[in-house]
This record gives sequence, C-alpha cells and structure tokens, in this order.
Amino acid sequence: MKTPSIGTLFLAFLAVGLSGFGGVLPFARRALVERRGWLTETDFNETLALCQSLPGPNIVNMSVVVGSRFAGARGALACVAGLVVAPVALVLVLAGLWGRFGAVGHVPGAMRGLAAAAAGLAAATTLKMARPILARAPLSSGPIVAAAFVGVGLLRLPLAWVALTLAPLSVFIAWARGR
Amino acid sequence: MKALHDPLGDTLGALAAQFTLLSLLAFGGANAVVPEMHREAVDVHHWMSDADFTALFAIAQAAPGPNFMVSTLVGWKAAGLAGALVATAAMCAPSCFLTYWVAKAWDRFREAPWRRALAAGLAPVTVGLVAATFWLLVRAADRDVPLALVTAATVAVAYFTRLNPLWCFAAAAALGLLGVL
Repeated sequence: MKTPSIGTLFLAFLAVGLSGFGGVLPFARRALVERRGWLTETDFNETLALCQSLPGPNIVNMSVVVGSRFAGARGALACVAGLVVAPVALVLVLAGLWGRFGAVGHVPGAMRGLAAAAAGLAAATTLKMARPILARAPLSSGPIVAAAFVGVGLLRLPLAWVALTLAPLSVFIAWARGR
Repeated sequence: MKALHDPLGDTLGALAAQFTLLSLLAFGGANAVVPEMHREAVDVHHWMSDADFTALFAIAQAAPGPNFMVSTLVGWKAAGLAGALVATAAMCAPSCFLTYWVAKAWDRFREAPWRRALAAGLAPVTVGLVAATFWLLVRAADRDVPLALVTAATVAVAYFTRLNPLWCFAAAAALGLLGVL
C-alpha cells in the first residue's frame, strides 16, 4: 500500500465527514477499511477501541490517529480539518434554515425519516463491528459485549462505572488467553 | 461599569471552559456528555429552552458529520457564529492533543503483548457501548411502525449490501416530505 499524501488524507476525511449522517463511524469504517484499505477490520476495531478509551469525540480521535500514523502532526491536522470543517459549516446553515422553515409542511416528517434511517445505519455498523470479535473469541467476548450493552443501554448506568469495571476485566481475560 | 462589562465575551469564555471540560470528560464519545451539555446550556446558563436543545440535537444527528456537532449548535444558539467556533474548537482540541501523544506510544509498542491484550480486551467493551448508544438512537427515532420499518430497511441495506447507505437517507427524507412518515 502506498503512503497517502497530506492532500489525500484531507480529501478522504472530507468525504467521510460529509457523508456521515447520524454519526460518521459507519462511513469511516467503509472508507478506511472497505474502500481504501488503510486499516484492516481488526486494525479498525482496535484503533476505535483506543479512541473510545480516550476522552473526546471518537471519530475526531480516530482521524488524529490515522493522520499521525501516515504523516505525523501535519497528517493529523489534515485529517481533523478535513473531517470537521465542511460538516460544521453545513450544520450551521441547516440550523439557520431550521430556525426559519422547521415547522413548514412536511419538513418535520422528513426529519423523523432521517433520524430513523440514521438509527438503522448505526445498528448495522454495530453488527459489523461485533462479527469479527465474536467470531474470534465468543466465550470471552460475548459476556463483555452483553454486560456493556445492558449496563449502559438498558440499566442506564453511568458510562464511567461500566467502562472502568469491564475494561480491566476484559483486558485481563485477553491477557490470560494470550499467554 | 458598562464599558467593562462584555456579555458576548462572558458567554464565549463560559463556552470555552465548558466544552474544554466536556472534551476531556467525553469517555465513550460525544454522545456520553450530551446530558451534561443539556444541563449547562438549559439549566445553568439559560442559553436556550429545553425544546430548543432537543431540536438542535436532532439537527446535529440528521446532518452529515460527526456526533459532536450538537456542541457546535449549542455554541451557535448561545453566542452566534463566534460561539459555534469557540464551542467546536474547545470540544475537539484538548482530546486531539491527548490522543496524538497517546497514539504515538500506542504504535511504538505495537508488538508488545500487553498492548495486544489491551486492544483485544477493550474491543468487546467498545462494541457493547456502541450497541448501547445505537439502541438509544433506535428508541428515540422509531416512534411508530412506519419509522421502525425505515430503520429495519436501512439495517438490511447497510448490513447485507454494499449499496451506499445515503440512498436510504434520501428515500427516508422523500417519504417524510410526501407525508408518509
């Protein structure tokens, strides 16, 4: 694989940022793993795990990691700028339009439809991420995935409690398995 | 005293302080700190009503781009374009610097056994948390059967085909504009 240039990195994340409705993760996955082949599926999951174990918007963290891996600080800056600039400009335009036309005609229905589609896309991405992990180590990974989902999604426990309990346990299990 | 008092500057300072803190507290991503964002913007600073916040969150979700953009819109509502830029920068920059330095160490130890255990161990936690966030999304969005069908169709297309999921968004928006949703 050829090392991408600063311009290629900027344009790749520009495209990711602009195509990602309801969160950019599915589109980042598609672009980085399926289209460009910059990361393998395992790389993507592990990089995402790193980015989610650090504070901050996950996808922005991910653009920092990918950019710096290929082109250092300049690459990181190019990826973050590509990811952030256009969506921020666009969302401000949309907010302005909403302020003026949000209640007109069937616009609220269109907004509801977009939200429903975004939820579906998000669910599909979760399934795609879960597949390699559950295939590799179903007995050790399955209960951790389920516990994190139940704790945060169903019981609505504070994220910090759930993560700080499950992460050390899961890392220990992975370490014990690897010995 | 009037000349010394600067309401816009006060608001921008408050936005910068709040979102810098949230950036460093957002373990699990921006969606994890949305309730705290809401408390500050609505209850503490009275920058907007509860209904305004909910509408801005929906726009940030429906617009293309990262989830953190609800903070851009909170900044916009509080203090216009300057507020939007300050909130966006404060939400992104602190965690970017932290990630940049941690990632360098992470790559250097790529072959170390503990690093592999750390990555392999964190991955299932991540999947569970992402599943939980997406479950909340589904419950918020699917208020009736037609909307649930839109979600189900999108899951099928995105999971089983290589079709660009944007087509699902276009179709869903069109159905909404036709009055079906």
